[in-house]
Amino acid sequence: MKAIKDLFDSHSSTTTETRPHPFWVMVRKEISGHIRSWRFLVLLLLILLTFWGSISVALSNIREVVADAKDPDRLFLYLKLLTTTEGTLPPFHVFLNFLGPIVGISLGFDAINSEQQNGTLTRIMAQPVYRDNLLLSKFVSALTLVGSLLLTLSLLMIGGGILITGVLIEAEEVFRIFSFTVLCTVYVGFWLGLSILLSIIFKQASTSALTAIGIWLFFTVFYQIIIDFLAGTVIPAANEFSQTDVIRYNKLILNLLRLSPSQLFTDATTTLLIPSVRSLGPITMEQMAGAIPSPLPLRDSLMIVWPQVSGLIAATMMCFAASYYLFMRREIRG
Amino acid sequence: MNNPIIELKRLTKTYGDFKAVNELDLTVNKGEIFGLLGPNGAGKTTTILMMMGLTEPSSGTARVCGFNATKDPLSVKRLVGYMPDSVGFYDTMTGLENLMYVGELNGIPRSEVEERALATLDLVGMSGDAIHKKTAAYSRGMKQRLGLAEVLIKDPKVIILDEPTLGIDPSGVKEFLALILRLSREKGLTVLLSSHHLHQVQQVCDRVGIFVKGELLAEGTIDTLSNLIFAEKSYEVHVSLENVIDLPWKDEAEMLQLDAVQQVRVQDQIIGITSSRDLTPAIVRFFVQKGYDVSGVQKKEYGLEEIYERYFEKNLT
Repeated sequence: MKAIKDLFDSHSSTTTETRPHPFWVMVRKEISGHIRSWRFLVLLLLILLTFWGSISVALSNIREVVADAKDPDRLFLYLKLLTTTEGTLPPFHVFLNFLGPIVGISLGFDAINSEQQNGTLTRIMAQPVYRDNLLLSKFVSALTLVGSLLLTLSLLMIGGGILITGVLIEAEEVFRIFSFTVLCTVYVGFWLGLSILLSIIFKQASTSALTAIGIWLFFTVFYQIIIDFLAGTVIPAANEFSQTDVIRYNKLILNLLRLSPSQLFTDATTTLLIPSVRSLGPITMEQMAGAIPSPLPLRDSLMIVWPQVSGLIAATMMCFAASYYLFMRREIRG
Repeated sequence: MNNPIIELKRLTKTYGDFKAVNELDLTVNKGEIFGLLGPNGAGKTTTILMMMGLTEPSSGTARVCGFNATKDPLSVKRLVGYMPDSVGFYDTMTGLENLMYVGELNGIPRSEVEERALATLDLVGMSGDAIHKKTAAYSRGMKQRLGLAEVLIKDPKVIILDEPTLGIDPSGVKEFLALILRLSREKGLTVLLSSHHLHQVQQVCDRVGIFVKGELLAEGTIDTLSNLIFAEKSYEVHVSLENVIDLPWKDEAEMLQLDAVQQVRVQDQIIGITSSRDLTPAIVRFFVQKGYDVSGVQKKEYGLEEIYERYFEKNLT
C-alpha cells in the first residue's frame, strides 16, 4: 500500500508543471552559465567566422562547380556550398574536424574539477539530487548548445543560399544537411564526454585541458604517422604478394586508422555531403565494372555511414561509463 | 529527551591503513545543539560526510532522521541541511540566484522560490543591495550567512555545520552563533556543529563530544565532562617563591599533612599543590608561617579549554 502511495506521490510530483525536476533545473542553470561566459562567446565567434569564410569562398566558386558536367554531384547545390573550395580555405566540414574537438574540450574540461575547486560541488551534492544528474546535466546542456548552434548555422546557410542563388533546396539535401548536423553534434559529444571524464580524473582544470588537447593532437597528427610507420615495417614490399593480400592489408590499415575519432568523422561527413561516394574502403575492378558514376540515394549513404556513427556513439558512451564509474562512489570533499 | 534523530553505530572509515574514524557510537537527540569538538584531522569532517552519504563508511551504520545515510542518501539530504567548512558559490551568479538555484534543486516550485529565498535571506539578516551582488564580491561573513540561508531554505529538520565559525571575526562569530541558537530554539531544529574553537562552542552547545584521532573520548554536557575528568584534580595552586628550593623539599611531608591536599610538585621556584578543595588561604598561611618569601600565588581553574587540553595530552602520550 505504501509503495503504491509512494509511486503516486512521486508521479504527481514529476508531472505537475510547477515543480521542476532537479535535472532540468541543473540543465537550465548550466546553459545560462555557458551563454553568459566569455568562453562560449569566443567559441561562437570562432565558429561563425569559419562558417562565413568557407561559405563565402564556396559561393564565389559555385557557378563553375555546378556547371561541371563531369561531376555526378553537381546538382546538389547546397551540399556543394558546404564542400566546395578553391584551395585557400578548407571547406566547412573539414574545418569542423578541428573545431569540433576544440568546442567539446573547452565546454567540458573544467566541468567537475572547477566545481570542486570552488567548493560548490559539496554544496550541490548535499542537495537531494542524484549524482549522475550532475554529470548528465553538464553533458546535455553543452550538447544542446552546440546542437542548436549548428542547426542555426545550417538553416542560415540554406536560407542564405535560397536568397542568393534562387534555387530551391531538395528534400534529400535537407535530410543530408540535418544528418550532417546531427553527426557533428555526436562528434562534439565525444570530445565533450572525454573532457568531462578528464575533469573528474584531474583535480586541476589546466591539467585536464592539457591532457584533452594532447589526446586530440595525438589522434589528428601523430596517430596517422604511427600507423604509416608500423605499416611500413610490418608489411613486406608490395610486389611480393597477391591482390587479395593487398586488399587485406589495406583494410587492416584503414580499420586501424578508424580507431581515431577524427577519421570516423571525416569518413562519415564525406559520405553524407558528397553523395557519389559509394564506399569507404577499397573497391575491386569487378565491383566497379557495372557501376555508373552517379550519386547514391540518402538511405544508402546512411547505411555506409552507420558503422562510423555507431563507433563515435560507442566511444562517447565509453567515456561516459568511465565518468560514472569514477564519480558515483567518489568521496565528495570540499 | 530520548528521541534520537542522528544515530551512529560503530561507524568506521579507513583510508588504507589510516583509521580516520574508529567505531564511533554517537546519538544526537531531537532539538538539541551538539558540538563535535576536536583538533584538525580528528575525523570530524569525515564523520559528517558519512552522515550525509557523501562518502561510504568502511563499516557500521549512520542513521539520520530514520534513514540509512549510505543506502538512502536522498531521503537524508531532503531533511538535512549541510554547510561545508569551505562554502563556495557560483561566482557569476548573484547571492539571490545562488539561493534560488538550491531552492529549486530542493523541489520548490518556480513561482514560489523567489519569495522563499527572500524570506530566508531576511531570516539570516541579509537584505538590500547585497543579495543582488555577485557572490564573487562577498566577504567571508556574508558567504557564511548565505550558506546558512541555503541550509535553511529547504526547511530542514537537522542542520549540520562544519566549522561554521572558521575565518570570521569575533563579533561575527558571536552574532552567527546567536543566530543559530535562536533558529534552533524557534524552529526546534537539531543542530550538529563541528569546531576546534572551544569557547565559541561552549556558548551555544547543549552537549559536546570530544573527538580525537577518530575516537570519541567523551561526551556530555560541559559540566559533566569537567567533573568526569577532574574528579581527582579539581583545584591547583601554584606558589612562586623568591629563592630556589633545594630538592627534596624539606617541608613537603608537612604540606601533604594539610587536609585535602593530594599532590605536591616542586620545580625550581614554583610549587604546585593539587587539592580536592579550594585551599588557597591555608596554603598561603602555611608558606608565610614557614618564613618563605612568596612572590606570587596563582589559582588554576578548569574550563573547557583545560578539559580539551587534558584530552589531547592524554592522547599524545
